Amino acid sequence: MIIDGQTALQAASRLALVLLIVSAAIAFIRLVRGPQAADRVVALDLIAVLIVAFLAAYAIHSGDASFLDVAIAYALVAFLGTVALSRFLLRSRRRRTTEEKR
Amino acid sequence: MSAIIAAALLIVGSIFCLVAAVGMLRLPDTLIRMHAATKAGTLGTGCILAAEAVVAGELGTTLRAAAVIVFLLLTAPVGAHLIGRAAYHRGIYLFRKTWIDELGACLQKAPADVSKRPPEGGEQG
Repeated sequence: MIIDGQTALQAASRLALVLLIVSAAIAFIRLVRGPQAADRVVALDLIAVLIVAFLAAYAIHSGDASFLDVAIAYALVAFLGTVALSRFLLRSRRRRTTEEKR
Repeated sequence: MSAIIAAALLIVGSIFCLVAAVGMLRLPDTLIRMHAATKAGTLGTGCILAAEAVVAGELGTTLRAAAVIVFLLLTAPVGAHLIGRAAYHRGIYLFRKTWIDELGACLQKAPADVSKRPPEGGEQG
């Protein structure tokens, strides 16, 4: 039996979308549970990467390549968000130490 | 043929992403979780974007997919470095079997607060 390429691609993209949603849900559990703020930042970073992957998989599923532009923009914004959150972690620690010294 | 290759890349990439998420849930401390998130996440997303590049077969889409891959490969280490540094300086809980702590030894040798030292060599706190 010869597997039709387009059928296999459709099935694979649907399975990939489901797996990516499941992974985002699992990462979201860590985002909610994470005992420290750093755990939540790492979980948010992973969720952003998973959303980029989801956009790429959806571009294949729908056959519309313009979702890749969305993925580019989202990857940029997510990187900026990660940098901002890690700076925020450092800064909140610094303020706490100055308050302790008083 | 290219559709079959793209389907295989899609499955492999999404399974890598799933492994990253499970590692995020199951691993014991923040730095080890970062290991799962950055490596497997970047590889999985790279596989899925490569599938898009294979399936499109035209120059513009392939270049855009390659641009996203390059961008992820450039920013993932930078972001992981920033998060790990901020988390360590904030004083995170380390896994109890951790037995190498080179940054901690460095900071004990030079105990001045890293974030308050003047920037050296372009690095700033």
